[in-house]
Amino acid sequence: MAKVLVVTSGKGGVGKTTSTAALGAALAQQGKNVVVVDFDVGLRNLDLVMGAERRVVYDLINVVQGDAKLAQALIRDKRIDNLCLLPASQTRDKDALTEDGVARVMEELKEKFDWIICDSPAGIERGAQLAMRHADVAVVVTNPEVSSVRDSDRIIGMLDSKTLKAERGERMEKHLLLTRYDPLRAERGDMLKVDDVLEILSIPLLGIIPESQEVLRASNIGQPVTVSNISSAPARAYIDAAKRLQGETLVVTIPADRRAGLFGKLFGRRAA
Amino acid sequence: MSIAERPRHALRFRGRSFLALALAPEPPLADWMADLDAWSDKSPGFFVSRPVVLDLSALPIDRDGVAALVADLYRRDIRIMGVEGVDANWLGLGLPPPLTGGRPAGPLETIDAQRARREAARTVVAPEPAEAAPSAAAPEPPARAPEGPHSLLLREPVRSGQTIMFPEGDVTVVGSVASGAEIVAGGSIHVYGALRGRAIAGVTGNPRAQIFCRRFEAELLAIDGLYKTADSLESSLRLRPIQAWVDGDAIQITTLD
Repeated sequence: MAKVLVVTSGKGGVGKTTSTAALGAALAQQGKNVVVVDFDVGLRNLDLVMGAERRVVYDLINVVQGDAKLAQALIRDKRIDNLCLLPASQTRDKDALTEDGVARVMEELKEKFDWIICDSPAGIERGAQLAMRHADVAVVVTNPEVSSVRDSDRIIGMLDSKTLKAERGERMEKHLLLTRYDPLRAERGDMLKVDDVLEILSIPLLGIIPESQEVLRASNIGQPVTVSNISSAPARAYIDAAKRLQGETLVVTIPADRRAGLFGKLFGRRAA
Repeated sequence: MSIAERPRHALRFRGRSFLALALAPEPPLADWMADLDAWSDKSPGFFVSRPVVLDLSALPIDRDGVAALVADLYRRDIRIMGVEGVDANWLGLGLPPPLTGGRPAGPLETIDAQRARREAARTVVAPEPAEAAPSAAAPEPPARAPEGPHSLLLREPVRSGQTIMFPEGDVTVVGSVASGAEIVAGGSIHVYGALRGRAIAGVTGNPRAQIFCRRFEAELLAIDGLYKTADSLESSLRLRPIQAWVDGDAIQITTLD
């Protein structure tokens, strides 16, 4: 049974696209048939993070409007066979998405894939609402700071009211993914602690992604972090989160890159 | 194109009630307006998309004055949907329609008066569709909920951006009220969790309404039109379980433990 997952947050820049790519790749590496769908029409990024920007011909809008077949728009990942990307259009805007068109594309994707991961645009308007509309599961990406937490809270309210699942009176499955977490800064009080965020949002925790240079590096070379460096702390956190999405029960830990190694690098560079 | 055989549907007008804020300017008008501006500065956007009724019964004002006042309020983004307490003939084209059936606001001592007011005073009934002039005919009375204890129990947290509007009575939340969420109750508000948003109790004019919460981090408390923002609240109360009530002309707050 295909599952539609929306990666959403309300606030921009908290790591929705990075998380979509990393979770999609991790689920594919765990043997699932996965498609990641970019709903950020007009500001597409997922193609860059997946390293597929030079292979985009048709996009979600073309398929929604019936100008291209789904098979023509899907881009198969070069590294992982069972991972596909459905890119957004950069030249259009969110008004080009129609509700019927999106519903049709979603039905078609459900026949082909086990997981359909929708990368939501920031905000609470039409684009974000259409991205969450068909979801069975939501991953709410949040940074440990107050504005991100409040925006996430707003999005959770919308997940519980504006989705098809909510309108049918069913319960939307929601998970919190805490990104850019720095245990040292949280301990010093510069950042909200995990418990504070959980207390405010009161949804179950899917994982904690530590703040790491690896994430930025992965984006810049166009690879999901779970592909670029599978043993890095953020990659391990995403891999565990993907396992939890499939129902595994794992204790949530905050993976860390070895501090000594990091300092070693810093000092090494300075000496050179 | 012929429209001769179009099947006719019976037009149906259903009563629908909206809770309107009643603004009652007091003389001298200039001072009142200055107070209003000072208040709006502290709560920007408070009047946006809220129905507002202008109660002019306390203000000596003439025909031109009404038009000027409505225009002044319009410039402050306050849209008036009806005017009480002036000669209906004054309210011509371009002005909101007159409203009757509203009773002058005042302190309420008895339960009966309270109930009467709850049902009539500030509940404005507009026929559906809304485009029809509300003043055209006496609208149907609003559909009444069966008599009984009026309370609303919410078992889910109230999320940022949500407004819970319950002028009929008490609201109880088993969970938290997020920052940016709003509870508006005719009666008291009980929050068995953290209150981080706004709690507005006794909104139909009930000074006996109270606010209770397990963990106090509210952005704003209001009871019977009196309000306090987080800025003006004692920091020693933060994060504690509290109750708030009205004593005379002020909101009092004390911890519960």
